[in-house]
Amino acid sequence: MADAPESSDRTPDRKGYWPEVIRLTLTLLAVWFLVSFGAGILLREFLDQFHIGGAPLGFWFAQNGSIYVFVALIFCYCAAMNRLEKKYRIED
Amino acid sequence: MDWTLIWVLATFGLYIGIALWARAGSTNDFYVAGHGVHPVVNGMATAADWMSAASFLSMAGLIAGMGYGGSVYLMGWTGGYVLLALLLAPFLREFGKFTVPDFVGDRYYSGTARVVAVICALFVSFTYIAGQMSGVGIAFSRFLGVDFNTGILFGMAIVFVYAVLGGMKGVTYTQVAQYVVLIFAYTVPAIFISLMLTSNPVPQLGFIGNLRGEDISMLQKLDETVKGLGFESYLSSTKTSFDIFCITAALMFGTAGLPHVIIRFFTVPRASDARLSAGWALVFIALLYTIAPAVGAFARHNIIASVNETTYVPAAGYAQGSQLVSEAGGTPSPAWFANWETTGLVAFDDRNGDGQMQIRGPAAPDGLENEVTINNDIYVLANPEIAQLPEWVIGLVVAGGLAAALSTAAGLLMVISSAISHDLCRRTFFKGMTDKTELRVARGAAAAAVIAAGFMGIYSADLAFVAQVVAFAFGLAAASLFPVILLGIFWKRMNREGAIASMLTGLIPTFAYIWYFKLGAGKAATSEDWFLGVSPEGIGFVVMTGSIVVGVAVSLVTRPPPQDIQDLVEDIRIPGSRRSHGIADSGMAPVD
Repeated sequence: MADAPESSDRTPDRKGYWPEVIRLTLTLLAVWFLVSFGAGILLREFLDQFHIGGAPLGFWFAQNGSIYVFVALIFCYCAAMNRLEKKYRIED
Repeated sequence: MDWTLIWVLATFGLYIGIALWARAGSTNDFYVAGHGVHPVVNGMATAADWMSAASFLSMAGLIAGMGYGGSVYLMGWTGGYVLLALLLAPFLREFGKFTVPDFVGDRYYSGTARVVAVICALFVSFTYIAGQMSGVGIAFSRFLGVDFNTGILFGMAIVFVYAVLGGMKGVTYTQVAQYVVLIFAYTVPAIFISLMLTSNPVPQLGFIGNLRGEDISMLQKLDETVKGLGFESYLSSTKTSFDIFCITAALMFGTAGLPHVIIRFFTVPRASDARLSAGWALVFIALLYTIAPAVGAFARHNIIASVNETTYVPAAGYAQGSQLVSEAGGTPSPAWFANWETTGLVAFDDRNGDGQMQIRGPAAPDGLENEVTINNDIYVLANPEIAQLPEWVIGLVVAGGLAAALSTAAGLLMVISSAISHDLCRRTFFKGMTDKTELRVARGAAAAAVIAAGFMGIYSADLAFVAQVVAFAFGLAAASLFPVILLGIFWKRMNREGAIASMLTGLIPTFAYIWYFKLGAGKAATSEDWFLGVSPEGIGFVVMTGSIVVGVAVSLVTRPPPQDIQDLVEDIRIPGSRRSHGIADSGMAPVD
């Protein structure tokens, strides 16, 4: 929480940080949309011609696959945010 | 029955023990567990907070009955965590207050906005909690032979102890224990059922695997079986894609906007912990949510295979009866069916008088009527017996269901009591209140909320809206709370006028639409009468888009928010940079 010391190399770069956060967020939300609303609903009929094991692919995305991707997305976000915070010298 | 009692008593004792250990000493402890909860621990508590009696007992059965159509719950109730992690949780934690109406009231520098948010939070939480309390009553009355109302009193007493003594701190650690109980009770039978049907111990893999000893996949076989009996295909739905889209979206945005979920992320030390914690919460939730569709499919397959076209044998004298049937060359109905018949969760009505049990769908090719009714909860409850697991596992499942109901009820109680003691008393009506007095008021409000919730549970059968939790709670959270929080973080220009207009545009049409089609004059309406063909469960999403547009439009034609507020928004976007800002923090300093 403490403000970063005023030396030039340690000052947090807030102006650069936020646009990158927005870009990251939108990218991950695109994936979020694709695996659930995309693969699980809008493209389900098309994807159902393929199979994963014994399950039609679109159906599987709707009932299992999308959930795995959701979990992965949040951890990717955490890792990417930690990297961004280091890059822009932001200390939580 | 005895095993059930032992499990219930043992787990209740555990919860009380934790409650005595985790008492709250300040409002900071009471509302946000002193901001000291480890992200993984909070993830586990969030999972228990989130998974209600309905998730635990009913969801697998719901999916089993709906097939692909049930996917809306699976995606909807997990996808919301991505929104929470990316769009809300870390920023609200950085904001550093106690409640959701705190954010709305301070970010929009308006007591009116705070009170509107309190109304939304209270309505959503009371609708939700009544269902949990009645779930507790049902569990007690069905499995422990206790009267329904007495069962609710038991549940109230136990929640009372840890919510009133420990506040969020007590609730957090009991929720962790409750998660362990419920996930164990859910996965153990699922593993054995999966082994039995598909030879694969991992239910998620059994779900996509072949049937044991056969060359056909479990899902394919199930789909053929249900279609052959005249049911809808398991792998598709008669709902339109657009409606499925809207319901899924309403559940996702609703999940992200539910106050009892959001406040869990106030309990961790830092913003970065809040996002990590959302990830862990989803891991713990996904464990149950990826198993649920497998349990549903396995159980539906099993139930049809073991019950359809067998000779009915009543519970009284089952052993002899089934022997007689076997000797005569017939197949007796399974023992579990007879056992569960006494609870009323399964029933047989011999319509054609042939003594055989026929399971049929609405479009049965042989024209026979369905004679077997099966409650959704049976798919989870009867699993241990179907898998021939020992009797103690069955009792464990009941204890798991109670854990799911109590943990969710406790989370909701925290929202209700803090909305009253903090937002209404401390921040609106009695601004000079000391911390000590507020803590006392908070305990009192929690106690009153427990009692109110208990009464709502007792009268839940008469309160028609309680049965519409999915439509009301999620629709209202999505349409009224989610937009103002999202815009409050990501759009600095969003002002007081816009926020109030947006919340009201979300609240009123959603409420009216659901009321009309679920409880009012439109109850008998068909999907053709729905607005754009969207069912009441999905309307929250449609109204949400409208309330965002209204919020933005009204903000643009009115004065921008004061500089203090704009600086505040800058601060909450950057972890570790939150400072106090005059107008936004004059009523309450942010807590680090």
